[in-house]
Amino acid sequence: MSARVERVIFTEEMKREYTILIPTMLPMHFKIIQSIFNHNGYKTVLLENMGDEVKQCGLRYVHNDTCYPALLVIGQFIDALNSGAYDPHKVALLITQTGGGCRASNYLSLLRKALAKAGYDYIPVLSLNFSGLEKNPGFKFTLPMIFKAVNGVLFGDLLMLLHNQVRSYEKVPGTSQALCDAWTKKLEGMMAQKRVSYKKVKKTYVEILKDFDAIERGPRNKVRVGIVGEIFVKFSPLGNNHLEDFLVSENAEVVLPGLMDFLLYCVYNGIVDHKLYGTGKLYATACRVIDKYLVKKQKDLIRIIRENSSFSPMTPFDHTRTLTKGYIGLGAKMGEGWLLTAEMLELIEQGVNNIVCTQPFGCLPNHIMGKGMMKPIKENHPGVNIVAIDYDPGATKINQENRIKLMLANANREV
Amino acid sequence: MNLKLPESCKLSNEYITLGVDIGSTTAKIVAIKDGEVVYDTYERHFSQVRQKTLEIVRRLEGIIDRPVRLAISGSAGLGLARVCDIPFVQEVFATGETVRRLEPDTSVVIELGGEDAKVIFFKGGADERMNGTCAGGTGAFIDQMATLMNLTDDEMDELSLQHKRIYPIASRCGVFAKSDIQPLLNQGASKADIAASIYAAVVNQTIAGLAQGRRIEGKVMFLGGPLSFNKGLQNAFVEALKLSEEDAVFPEYARLAVAIGAALYADGQNVSFTYDDLIARLENATNVKVEKAHLPPLFENEAELVAFRERHAKASSRKIDPATYAGDAYLGIDCGSTTTKLVLMAEDCGILYEYYHSNQGNPVEIVREQLAEIYDLCGDRIRIAGSAVTGYGEELIRHAFHVDHGLVETIAHFTAAKYYDPKVDFILDIGGQDIKCFKIRGGAIDSIMLNEACSSGCGSFVETFAKSMNYEIGEFSNFGLTAKAPVDLGSRCTVFMNSSVKEAQKDGASVEDISAGLSMSVVKNAIYKVIRASSAEDLGENIVVQGGTFLNDAVLRSFELEIGHNVTRPAIAGLMGAYGAALFAKQQKKAESELISPEALQKFTHTTKAVTCHACTNHCRLTINTFSGGEKYISGNKCEKGAGLKVDESRALPNLHAYKRDKFAAIAGSMEDKGERITIGLPLALGMYELAPFWKTIFEKLGFHVITSGFGNRRLYAKGQYSIPSDTACYPAKLMHGHMETLVEKGVDAIFYPCLSYNMDEKVADNHYNCPVVAYYSELLSHNMDSIKTTKFLYPYLNINSDKELSAELCEVFKDEMGIEFSKKQMTAAVVAGRAAYTEWMADIRREGERAVAFARENGYKIMILAGRPYHIDPEVGHGIDKLATNLGFAVVTEDSIDTLLKPADVDVLNQWTYHARLYGCAEYACSHPDVNLVQLVSFGCGLDAITTDEVRAILEEKGKLYTQIKIDEITNLGAVTIRLRSLLGALEQVEQRPELTTSKEVI
Repeated sequence: MSARVERVIFTEEMKREYTILIPTMLPMHFKIIQSIFNHNGYKTVLLENMGDEVKQCGLRYVHNDTCYPALLVIGQFIDALNSGAYDPHKVALLITQTGGGCRASNYLSLLRKALAKAGYDYIPVLSLNFSGLEKNPGFKFTLPMIFKAVNGVLFGDLLMLLHNQVRSYEKVPGTSQALCDAWTKKLEGMMAQKRVSYKKVKKTYVEILKDFDAIERGPRNKVRVGIVGEIFVKFSPLGNNHLEDFLVSENAEVVLPGLMDFLLYCVYNGIVDHKLYGTGKLYATACRVIDKYLVKKQKDLIRIIRENSSFSPMTPFDHTRTLTKGYIGLGAKMGEGWLLTAEMLELIEQGVNNIVCTQPFGCLPNHIMGKGMMKPIKENHPGVNIVAIDYDPGATKINQENRIKLMLANANREV
Repeated sequence: MNLKLPESCKLSNEYITLGVDIGSTTAKIVAIKDGEVVYDTYERHFSQVRQKTLEIVRRLEGIIDRPVRLAISGSAGLGLARVCDIPFVQEVFATGETVRRLEPDTSVVIELGGEDAKVIFFKGGADERMNGTCAGGTGAFIDQMATLMNLTDDEMDELSLQHKRIYPIASRCGVFAKSDIQPLLNQGASKADIAASIYAAVVNQTIAGLAQGRRIEGKVMFLGGPLSFNKGLQNAFVEALKLSEEDAVFPEYARLAVAIGAALYADGQNVSFTYDDLIARLENATNVKVEKAHLPPLFENEAELVAFRERHAKASSRKIDPATYAGDAYLGIDCGSTTTKLVLMAEDCGILYEYYHSNQGNPVEIVREQLAEIYDLCGDRIRIAGSAVTGYGEELIRHAFHVDHGLVETIAHFTAAKYYDPKVDFILDIGGQDIKCFKIRGGAIDSIMLNEACSSGCGSFVETFAKSMNYEIGEFSNFGLTAKAPVDLGSRCTVFMNSSVKEAQKDGASVEDISAGLSMSVVKNAIYKVIRASSAEDLGENIVVQGGTFLNDAVLRSFELEIGHNVTRPAIAGLMGAYGAALFAKQQKKAESELISPEALQKFTHTTKAVTCHACTNHCRLTINTFSGGEKYISGNKCEKGAGLKVDESRALPNLHAYKRDKFAAIAGSMEDKGERITIGLPLALGMYELAPFWKTIFEKLGFHVITSGFGNRRLYAKGQYSIPSDTACYPAKLMHGHMETLVEKGVDAIFYPCLSYNMDEKVADNHYNCPVVAYYSELLSHNMDSIKTTKFLYPYLNINSDKELSAELCEVFKDEMGIEFSKKQMTAAVVAGRAAYTEWMADIRREGERAVAFARENGYKIMILAGRPYHIDPEVGHGIDKLATNLGFAVVTEDSIDTLLKPADVDVLNQWTYHARLYGCAEYACSHPDVNLVQLVSFGCGLDAITTDEVRAILEEKGKLYTQIKIDEITNLGAVTIRLRSLLGALEQVEQRPELTTSKEVI
């Protein structure tokens, strides 16, 4: 840190008085996890401001060549601060940091610079990371919280999976969304409890499955379209111009690999690093334990989906990561890294032959793991359509939609 | 057109089948009756999409004697189809229908439209590709270029057939290409050659941008408007793709293919319409108002407009009738990128004569005419006592007419603005192609900002756009003043704006709203992209706006609205450069002006000739201008060798870029020396520009022969261009493909470029990553380059920071991949030797850096850290900017030749990349040494530099140092770079003359 930009420490007193603002990437996941923080004495608010103002704020305060997600997340923060809805002297901002070689690790620094530029340099910024970057006395992501969050992520992935498999076929439009909302509420309550037994979690999985299965729906016969890409534009409707809704309106079923895959990918990189470079032995051992734990949890969920419903479960991660063989090394770990390639292959294996690969304009890892891998993937899987869509503040929706429509036209011809 | 559809596409005879294709600029409609195309049309719709369609359908009244089946296609057709509830078919899909049924043995279709470019593969895995968000060069681009040269499309086409040579023109996007063409025009290159070069650039762009790793071969069909009209473009494609006559198909229906495809699609849809029903739907569509977010109008009411006009009428200029004046006068010439301006100024600074005109690609002729005119006016009463020229064409005009002084544009504009408003603290100049703005503090230029190459062309963009909609620019901008609901077109580059306009047109926006929207975009672009101001207070109190673009009232008003207060626009806004030059000529008055005499002017001649310079490896394409009396001026050269000067090497200033290049040249190796050894090839690009000595030593110790691919050049780039899958990657990465091809051609046994997540740990930063592209580009190469499949390509993931790990890893690689076993001891010895060689290599560069700094200090030269990445020293990447800097009198050092390894830099970002950490270190070094300046080289598309540039600037500004940034890409025009470096020099000289002015300074 230089004298140019000051880092404001988040103290324990602040924990009591301050509201922590969190940008939204995945509404259901984040709501569920948010309640864990609230239960642990933090006051948090999930930002829901969208629209053009967010983009404009981003353009004003962030270098315009920075990746689109940074521009949107920072734009969302500053737009919220400007809105007057919060006392700027009583808020802190939370942002994630992976610590990887991608520029995404610098979102936090960019946010701090933007705040200084906008006159909010007194606002503390919190880093949510697992790499030991920046620490704050008033903000701790404790082990019990992490365990709960793991369940939260899996619940989110389950709701997302079911919603996508139901919404394109439901007899009464909106039924699935309403059920998602209801379950999100219930799960928020569950996360606020002091302790949640794993037995209870598994029981809840079954209840959710039954509820979704009960929704009246037509035969599952639409073109399935997978979405992969840079994590923010892949998941966030703000980032991808409501891509999921668009695909559904075009009579497709959306297939979206879950958030747990990304976490598992981050963990697995710790193991690979040691294997490739002989560094970080201790960290690798820890990663191995966590990996085993998470994979087991994911497999439990998959088994429960299979046993209790006709829905297609997600692909187990220990299988997903083997799919990269012959395509890309597991050492390619910046940004979404090899996971991006693996997810395309995972979708193809599930019989999803149409894939939208989303990325911010000029995304560096995507040059290699996305666009760079399309040729071999298509050569080995002749019937597959992959369309790369770039997102940035200047890209128009019509261009993006035109290209997706082209892919759908091809897909419908094959159906 | 008389096209009888073959049996393979029999349509139902119960219907008339219509195919409607509405593109970004034209509407195409075909009507099919009884298996025959009975009507077809191709016409511009001037963004009146709905009216035009209605008009054409009405023409068909006589033909339509039964129910109609129709489908709409095209980028601007979607909205219409939705409103009318008529089937819509995606245009590429429609093309596919046509080809599949009319020419089923086609392998590839290349289709260029107004703003789209498409490549469709039919054989070997069908695939359809359209241009993405960053790919301009298509029909609209060709139009724009023709306008720029003052030719019609047909004339340009015809001229191109007589070309003698092809100039390299950037093929990434229209704006870049334009900045290559402009200087060529200004330097007097022949129009025939430029026309052909433009076509070649379009071809390059299509192949590089869309084929993305797939070769275009077999039977290729060419579709779309531009490809059906332009013979020159057709030839360029056939030549580039090396197609035989049978394999290149230019069908008669080229421009109607989408419309025919739409008709074929319509036949399969179970929807039909009566003529009346169809007309009713279309009429209804023309009346539908689309609700869309829009910007507030420029003026709420008439009174506001009147007040605005009155206020700006006050900033008029004093004119003197030359017939009544006798005495000394000063001539200022501003030879800009698109326009030429002249001002003749009296001793009291009143204006005797002014001229503002598009230079129509031949500024020399225009200046000659004007000088003749001015001498006539002067008669015996007025003596031209001094003359100065500024602008892109400065050197050319100076040589042609013996103008007394040349000055850089920034200084000319400041001189003029200061005269108009001595209190001026902010100047914004938007010209045809450049945006310049400077802050003034204490009566001196405080910071200069120029637009990056990607957002240039804003001024001329509005003009070209007006023309494309069939309006004069004045008329077009006046429309904007009365717009009720200006469309929001965003603020990125003009290519993006094109598609935003398309979208607005689709939604039925009026010309007024588009005009106002464009003005606002130009302004937002300037404020947020170039100036990067976060609020209006950032700009200043007394703002002077100038440049031809501000003569457009809509732009002026938009600017005032956006920044929220009033500004001064001199009535001679378009002439400020010339006026500034005239003022400069007066200040620097000589005893006698050397300007060409009236007599000599009468005999003045000017011819141009194109040649390639062979004085060094740059192989610059030169234009030799010969003037009357045999005097020559050479343009296009990157160094003084090309200018025909003898270079005394011993007197050359230190240049670490050149020094490093010499080092790499010395280790290039040759296949001739290989003997019995196995040869490993190192592609000299990206990270290899630093680690080559490391790997070379290791492999040689192991008994291999090692060569590098040598330096990059244009030809090498073209060789690998076909296999680039992501056209928005940085140029240094894209060059990698050519280096790989070169090594394959040389016949090496294996190619080595490892995957390195982590670079050398120099222990001054939080981490030591490589950027994702440097780290993993091999993964991409191995899967996208078919040609390297026969050569062993080694790209293991390695840890280069540990001798032990690296040795073990390399042993494994050679065993698994090549079947060669090395003992652990042998490998460790090689790695240790490699590290020693690398350490000595880097130390040598630093010693040379110290020598350079010491030399400069002893001899009073300024020192420039030309800082970027190691690979920026490649002649094809750096474009000779280092030589330009030494020519301007700087001793040039690199970011790795300065010893910045003493302590970690004090930064506000996560300092986690090895190469980038050096930049921060250099910035701090520059801050602590008054004679050292930092100029940062940034590759277009480098994601990480969005972070480093702001940080480097912050470090420098805090200590009152100038920050200069140069963005580089395929672009080879050094004109803009020269302006930046000369402005830097100018600003430094100002500081030297008035040391009290050392405040924060900046040249972007």
